Amino acid sequence: MTGSTRGFLGRRRERDARLPPGQYDVGKDWPVLTAEPTPRITPETWTISVDGRVESPATWTWDEAHALPRSEYRGAIHCVTTWSKFDTFFAGVSVDTLLEAARPTAEAHFVMATSQTGYTTNLPLEDVTGGRAWVVWEYDGGPLPTEHGGPVRLLVPHLYFWKSAKWVTRLTLMTRDQPGFWEQNGYHDRGDPWREQRYQGD
Amino acid sequence: MTEREVAGPGLLGPGVAGAPAGGWRTATVAAVRHPMPRTVELRLDVPDRVEHLAGQHYVVRLTAEDGYRAQRSYSVASAPADPEVELFVERLDDGEVSTYLADAVAPGDRLEIRGPIGGWFVWDGTTPALLVGGGTGVVPLLAMLRHARRLGRTDLLRIAVSSRTLVELPYAMELMDAGALIVLTREPSGDRAAARLMGAELMSLWEPGRTAYVCGSAQFAEAASQLLVDVGVPATDIRVERFGPSA
Repeated sequence: MTGSTRGFLGRRRERDARLPPGQYDVGKDWPVLTAEPTPRITPETWTISVDGRVESPATWTWDEAHALPRSEYRGAIHCVTTWSKFDTFFAGVSVDTLLEAARPTAEAHFVMATSQTGYTTNLPLEDVTGGRAWVVWEYDGGPLPTEHGGPVRLLVPHLYFWKSAKWVTRLTLMTRDQPGFWEQNGYHDRGDPWREQRYQGD
Repeated sequence: MTEREVAGPGLLGPGVAGAPAGGWRTATVAAVRHPMPRTVELRLDVPDRVEHLAGQHYVVRLTAEDGYRAQRSYSVASAPADPEVELFVERLDDGEVSTYLADAVAPGDRLEIRGPIGGWFVWDGTTPALLVGGGTGVVPLLAMLRHARRLGRTDLLRIAVSSRTLVELPYAMELMDAGALIVLTREPSGDRAAARLMGAELMSLWEPGRTAYVCGSAQFAEAASQLLVDVGVPATDIRVERFGPSA
């Protein structure tokens, strides 16, 4: 249908240039979307591993990860369910730092992020390098809340937020792309909000 | 679980492999009902419709004359075999899409929709399931119940639904007819005093091998799924659909 919807005016006319197509500003809210029960994970037992196609598989404990150079993200996040949230502030460690230690091989082109719950999401390697992805444990100056992926989640803010795996515990470098959880369930393999890559085929 | 380079626990399976997915369609509104205040039930005639699985959802996209667009997702309440698609929408006062759907849509209107979508929160009609819904979270569960009725397999389902009061519960009569446990938090329900859903109540409806489907607000879904975990339901047997403020 190319025409308009009868009688629909819409409200938000002064469109924020930071808002990708089809998104709206959720304001101060931060909706929770998860397909499974929220796990209770204690920082003492949490670890983050980088494995798969790497020269030197590596695992960091909570304390070891915190000893890595701190890195921050300030900006927007975009959920495929059409809300966007501006001016977020996360802190943790850059994925670049983890990859520098593990050294991906020449044939590594994709990453599978795995959560403690078994949730998975796939990403092109180039989307988690170059200062565009983090493993974060801090939100707005405090600990990352459990329902939002605490104690630690992946943060890839330039892609739809299901790519930012909650409760992340593992990054596996892969030769070929493989669909993660939502990607097997109809959602897009890359998920660029500016190209509205919401579902497979977009 | 399909083969992959990633080992690990793999607790979350792929859902239903090859779940149906449909592209954009222009649906015609066949009927509009307002079963309760602040709600609207839309019956849509969808040309070239891709039959959904119970639990899937559709995206509704509205376009203003200047090209401005807004879209939201809504669960399907109708059974796959129903010739029309039924959406149930709660009107949120600050909602841009739900207010239009509840206040302005009339039979004969054309609506741009996309679906069905989703392969995780779906029930194929063959396995034992415990359905737990809060408020408008009962909508995808209705699709499952209606599907079971058409298959003659309502024996596979146990249902528990929660609402503040009975008049605020979507599809209340249909759920009562199906023998659902009706949990009301602000008034008695039969001889059950007003109270939140309790673990013992869920335990009485669950047994090993039964998949739990939990749908509702983020708060309800969190509480209900945690109750299930606390009474011993494996987290791997629980599928959760949380409603954000889908305004």
